[in-house]
Amino acid sequence: MDSLRSRVRDAAAQGQALELVGHGSKRFYGEAPQGQPWVLSREPALCGLRAHEPAELYVTAGAGTPLRELEAQLGSQGQQLGCEPPRFGGEGTVGGLIATALAGPARPYWGGVRDALLGLTLIDGRGELLKFGGTVMKNVAGFDVARAMCGAMGTLGLITEASFKLMPIPQAQVTLRFDATQDDAIYAANQAALQGLPLSASAWWNGSLLLRLSGLEASVRAAAKRLGGDALPVDLALGFWNGLRHQSDEFFAGAVRAIQAGSGVAIWRLSLPPTTPVLKVPGEQLIEWGGALRWLVTPLAAQAVRELAERAGGHATLYAALDKSAPAFTPAQGAEAQIRARLKSEFDPKGIFNPGRLG
Amino acid sequence: MSVAAPQGLQALRKLLGPEGLIERAGGFGPYECDGLSAYRARPLAVAIPADAEQLGAVLRICHEAELPIVPRGAGTGLSGGALPHPQGITLSLARLNHILALDPASRTARVQCGVRNLAISQAAAAHGLYYAPDPSSQIACTIGGNVAENAGGVHCLKYGLTLHNVLGLRGFTAAGEPIELGSMAGALDSPGADLLALAIGSEGLLCVVSEVLVRLTPKPPEARCLLASFGTVTQAAQAVCALIASGLTPAGLEMMDQAMTRAAEDFVHAGYDLEAAALLLCESDGAPETVAAEIEQMRAVLQACGATRIEESRDEAERARFWSGRKNAFPASGRMSPDYLCMDASIPRARLAEMLAAIEAMQTQWGLRCANVFHAGDGNLHPLILFDGKDPEQLRRAEGFGAQILETAVAMGGSITGEHGVGVEKLSSMCVQFSRAELERFQGLKQAWDPAGRLNPGKAIPELRRCAEGGKLWVREGKLPHPELERF
Repeated sequence: MDSLRSRVRDAAAQGQALELVGHGSKRFYGEAPQGQPWVLSREPALCGLRAHEPAELYVTAGAGTPLRELEAQLGSQGQQLGCEPPRFGGEGTVGGLIATALAGPARPYWGGVRDALLGLTLIDGRGELLKFGGTVMKNVAGFDVARAMCGAMGTLGLITEASFKLMPIPQAQVTLRFDATQDDAIYAANQAALQGLPLSASAWWNGSLLLRLSGLEASVRAAAKRLGGDALPVDLALGFWNGLRHQSDEFFAGAVRAIQAGSGVAIWRLSLPPTTPVLKVPGEQLIEWGGALRWLVTPLAAQAVRELAERAGGHATLYAALDKSAPAFTPAQGAEAQIRARLKSEFDPKGIFNPGRLG
Repeated sequence: MSVAAPQGLQALRKLLGPEGLIERAGGFGPYECDGLSAYRARPLAVAIPADAEQLGAVLRICHEAELPIVPRGAGTGLSGGALPHPQGITLSLARLNHILALDPASRTARVQCGVRNLAISQAAAAHGLYYAPDPSSQIACTIGGNVAENAGGVHCLKYGLTLHNVLGLRGFTAAGEPIELGSMAGALDSPGADLLALAIGSEGLLCVVSEVLVRLTPKPPEARCLLASFGTVTQAAQAVCALIASGLTPAGLEMMDQAMTRAAEDFVHAGYDLEAAALLLCESDGAPETVAAEIEQMRAVLQACGATRIEESRDEAERARFWSGRKNAFPASGRMSPDYLCMDASIPRARLAEMLAAIEAMQTQWGLRCANVFHAGDGNLHPLILFDGKDPEQLRRAEGFGAQILETAVAMGGSITGEHGVGVEKLSSMCVQFSRAELERFQGLKQAWDPAGRLNPGKAIPELRRCAEGGKLWVREGKLPHPELERF
């Protein structure tokens, strides 16, 4: 750890920008990286499992640990991360998971990355090794700096290791398919959640609503009976949710092809109140998270998409595009923008970590 | 007092009128302390704004006049977080008590900060919903206070803390500028570092919250509770771990030791097993078929761990009876001793048995009794150290006992506070859990939000020199605890 700290101190002394890289699988996300790439997944001090206490439901792993390695270990004990992190092209590390805070299909039901995170250690821009949070479920000593790192895109420090709360892999899982318009799908997914059914994922695409139920055998069976619909074969269901989670399914593959073919479309990720009515925009849409996440593949101008999201009470992220001249994230305003800037100078006074990555 | 303070008070008088500003010492009584009544102080004045607009104006006036601000909800906090500042304004948020919107379809409620925790559930009940985090003081405590402390409760094992159930906050910075964190419309993600998580549990040091968007949870159609007796505390602690390890997430999992059970029984007559060394309350909620399956599985685990007796609630009245002693543990403790220190520490569940044994040994060492009642499923302990406050020597020993429990918790990988907060009570213990560099970052973070340091100064984050002086830090035989930690 000392050599990592000295490298940070040297970079700070020379004012040299560092691009913090895990596997680089989410390099496309956010603003273009700047600075000298530092591949943290190749630093032995940052890799590997530190502790896994199945009975305690927590795991601690180095930030450079591949997610597939972490999840294979958890799976062998019948456990998982509730936030179902995506692994793009099978890649991704613990540090990247926290930095981007991208969560999978279970997000509204089992919580996001910040909800699963218990604590972390990081090296700040002064080269200090700092620990925030821990491995216990309840801890209100000091400010919750660990969770604040979620979504910071590595701009506040170099995460060295992190601890997560785990959940048991549910005993039973059933996916139901319904023919539905977007309108009906948004309504049905919210109604199912309102009734307290054991939902763990929901998605609408291309005329189909899919609802995943997870839990004890008896409760999943009872809920499935109440909802009706067609139960998907197990393999097909698994393939569908994995395709969505890791963005390897036809919707995303097709969108990437369209972008690469120069059709002028972009992929937008809109985080909205779940009951937001159908968005009337040209292009394709996929809905996740019971309506709270809308994927748009659209030629619409950035400003128009942002206004649409803002009117609905949410925000829009330019997820993937050839033309990335528009800001990737909705910019902060007023007092919030000021606090964010001061936070950055507090943790990284020389501005060496991933400058500009957040815009 | 700042030079500009008299003008500030004059401006507050004009803004709030006599009903919104208390300046007479005679009116300060209810505001002199929070739930930790051992610490008391009188503020310069108490401001009680009627709405968010007035709240913003109060903050701007105090900013101009360089007056410290101590925000306050219902005053049920247990660590002195709302203790007045003698040169500052106590800001009572009690009048911001309206539920602004309740949307069953998106399962959210938008409420003002002064709304009581239980009032949200009562309003949501008509839609079959409730607000899950349930601190013991939920009948009185406000949602703003819950946000400030990241409050927990019995339901948090399954349903999460305040952090997991708040989607957005609206309020003001120390300078009175409006700020919104997370999403007040109910979106789940926001770009950039998670400032919402930072504000939750910040003990009123970063911003003043005026409105909260909370997530509501469908009310489970059924709840059933098992009451299990154990012959040793160790067996009960092992049963807690076994339950969690079996893949179950109880809706509540609480423990009481024999001392506590006997005091509670005297108080509520719940029919508890007085021979048991420890009792576990283990609850399942959800659809009837889920509850039936879970209760069966829970019973099997408890039996395998050596439970000597297991009772199952047959109806709501019986379930309430099982819980009555747990819910009244604190008033019941008054029967055991005129005074007690209620500690709040958090440890890994796997070390519960070890910790309880350590506390047992500390009783002999300090010559004081200690009763235990706590959120076992979360590893969140509440040892009650019993002493006679009229005897200063006993008070000194009780404080030493308490400090040793907290240090042991930190050494076990736990925390000096699981849910009560740091306030003024645990400032010195912060020096045990955090290094100098970590405390410096906390100070810097505070400055990022509140550069002039006007919001609740002197709370939650110790001054660095306090740690340097040792404060109440307990030094044994000339040795500092945790010598591996950097000191200053």
